[in-house]
Amino acid sequence: MSFANIRREDASRAVIVHAILLTYTLVALYPIFLVVINAFKTRKGIFRDPMGLPNAETFSLEGFTKVLAKSNFELFFYNSFTVTIVTIVIVLLLAAMTAWALSEYKFPGNTALALYLAIGIMVPIRLGSVSILNLIVDMGLVNTLTALVLVYVAQGLPLAIFILTEFMHQIPKDLKEAARCDGVGEFKIFFAIILPLIRPAVATVAVFTMIPIWNDLWFPLILAPGDGKQTITLGVQQFIGQYVTDWNAVLASLSLAIIPILILYLIFSRQLIRGLTSGAVK
Amino acid sequence: MADLKLDQIRKSYGAVDVLHGIDLDVKDGEFVVFVGPSGCGKSTLLRIIAGLEDITGGDLMIDGEVVNTKSPRDRGIAMVFQSYALYPHMTVYKNMAFGLKLDKQDKAAIDARVREAARILQLDQLLDRRPSELSGGQRQRVAIGRAIVRQPKVFLFDEPLSNLDAALRVQTRIEIAKLHQDLKSTIIYVTHDQVEAMTLADKIVVMNGGNVEQVGSPMQLYHHPETRFVAGFIGSPAMNFTNVTIDAVGQGQATVSVPGGMKSVLPFNVDQADIGKQVELGIRPEHLGLGDEGALTVSGLVDVVEKLGDSTYLYLKLANGDRVTVRAPGHSRVKIGETVTASAPAGAAHLFNDKGKAYQKVDCPAEFSAEE
Repeated sequence: MSFANIRREDASRAVIVHAILLTYTLVALYPIFLVVINAFKTRKGIFRDPMGLPNAETFSLEGFTKVLAKSNFELFFYNSFTVTIVTIVIVLLLAAMTAWALSEYKFPGNTALALYLAIGIMVPIRLGSVSILNLIVDMGLVNTLTALVLVYVAQGLPLAIFILTEFMHQIPKDLKEAARCDGVGEFKIFFAIILPLIRPAVATVAVFTMIPIWNDLWFPLILAPGDGKQTITLGVQQFIGQYVTDWNAVLASLSLAIIPILILYLIFSRQLIRGLTSGAVK
Repeated sequence: MADLKLDQIRKSYGAVDVLHGIDLDVKDGEFVVFVGPSGCGKSTLLRIIAGLEDITGGDLMIDGEVVNTKSPRDRGIAMVFQSYALYPHMTVYKNMAFGLKLDKQDKAAIDARVREAARILQLDQLLDRRPSELSGGQRQRVAIGRAIVRQPKVFLFDEPLSNLDAALRVQTRIEIAKLHQDLKSTIIYVTHDQVEAMTLADKIVVMNGGNVEQVGSPMQLYHHPETRFVAGFIGSPAMNFTNVTIDAVGQGQATVSVPGGMKSVLPFNVDQADIGKQVELGIRPEHLGLGDEGALTVSGLVDVVEKLGDSTYLYLKLANGDRVTVRAPGHSRVKIGETVTASAPAGAAHLFNDKGKAYQKVDCPAEFSAEE
């Protein structure tokens, strides 16, 4: 086979792959696109032509004004943001340290502990909703953001530990031993050498942890539905009624809710650079 | 600067013994090279000295103090790894200063030490670069610099040149030799390359299967190998070996029959009891010359010819199937398929008994002796 043939085959394969990915991207993005364009329409505009772009006749910001003026939108926002950020920080710190211990140190029960933590990936945490609710009630944490943070940390840890452990296994052994010969203490090795090296993995884990928390409706609904503690997804529900749904407000608040998570995603995805370890070892 | 003493060091992984009681003395300022084939335990021994592996048995002393249970940082060692092991997210400067900063040293003092090391290793221009922006040789120099700034009692090198290309390896080898002359520090160096061992070492430790085969200066090992293993390992191309029978033993000499039926008188102290036994005769390729002037003669068919310019290696196949390498002059015109005769003086011979131990040579001529 000549080189030209190989290249043509490569090219056609690339076209197919890109076609599939583009289709998937369109399918995934279209609902979001619909949400955003309809957020900028009048109520009539939404119902008359749900797929159409806002024009001079149908353009309106009434949804946004309603959301910002008539509800505690800033508060919902603040609650969601606090819960997400605090959870991410705790999950990343604890998961990274656990992963370091599991991957670096030999101790009895190491494998058993890793397997036990992996079970958390397979069993959905919502199965334990009743017990969790009982526990939170007993602890007197109902209607607090703390309750949400605690549950989300438990939810996020198993996968985070699993991913980070795999990444830490890839860090060359020589690097840690060089640090030990340099007289670097174990904590310093972890914070000054290991963590910077697995930054791409940490960013990945942050994204994985953050999205389900931001989007979650279940735990805010059962653990912290009270006034002043609602998160954004729960807050939006007030516009959805049994008989009448205020679509302008719902779509506007959903559009607004995309913004912070998008910003966080952009921050973390900038860290997803490959080849950070190149140059450490040959 | 320190001396080092290994006393019956043993190491086992579970039921597998990898080091069987190593005894070794390293004097202050000595350049010691551990050399041996893969899996002989040389790297394990180095890692034990560094404190990266636990000791199963025996004592390790640095400066007369037992350091068995001390951590690497408290032993006062610095190690250079084969893979360089530089911190990829730090600049060259930070790589070198990192260990010092942790010791809470004065900033100006750290700076002075890093710049001094950079000057010695010609890294001045590269201090702000990251490891990924450096070539292999430069990276290895940074790794050496990181060791120098700590002013350790003992430097440990774990096959530092293995990842470099041939030209760079020779150059870096010379730099390490110069470094040792300048710093006069105690260095322990592990390699599987006997050329590195011969050129760098004050003292070579030849290891095999978790044991020390022989310890000595490069010339001692070359001229007076105590075992067949050392004889075969040191020298390139490797020594030729062939089986011979001891026919007669006299005062400081032994008569052996070499393949082809010839008898030769060799200057060795051999026990009367060994008459009739089969022993191994060893001759280095560079001691064999074309022609039959020497006391030991072999003839064979030329199998392969390797022309290196300054010399030509002829690979002969003897009548009994043994193979012999001969170093002929570079201008040699011998071709494949020719039958040639090569010979060596009796003093160049080595004789090993059936257990691989060398017989003692008597009246060794100066050219085959380590004495100066």
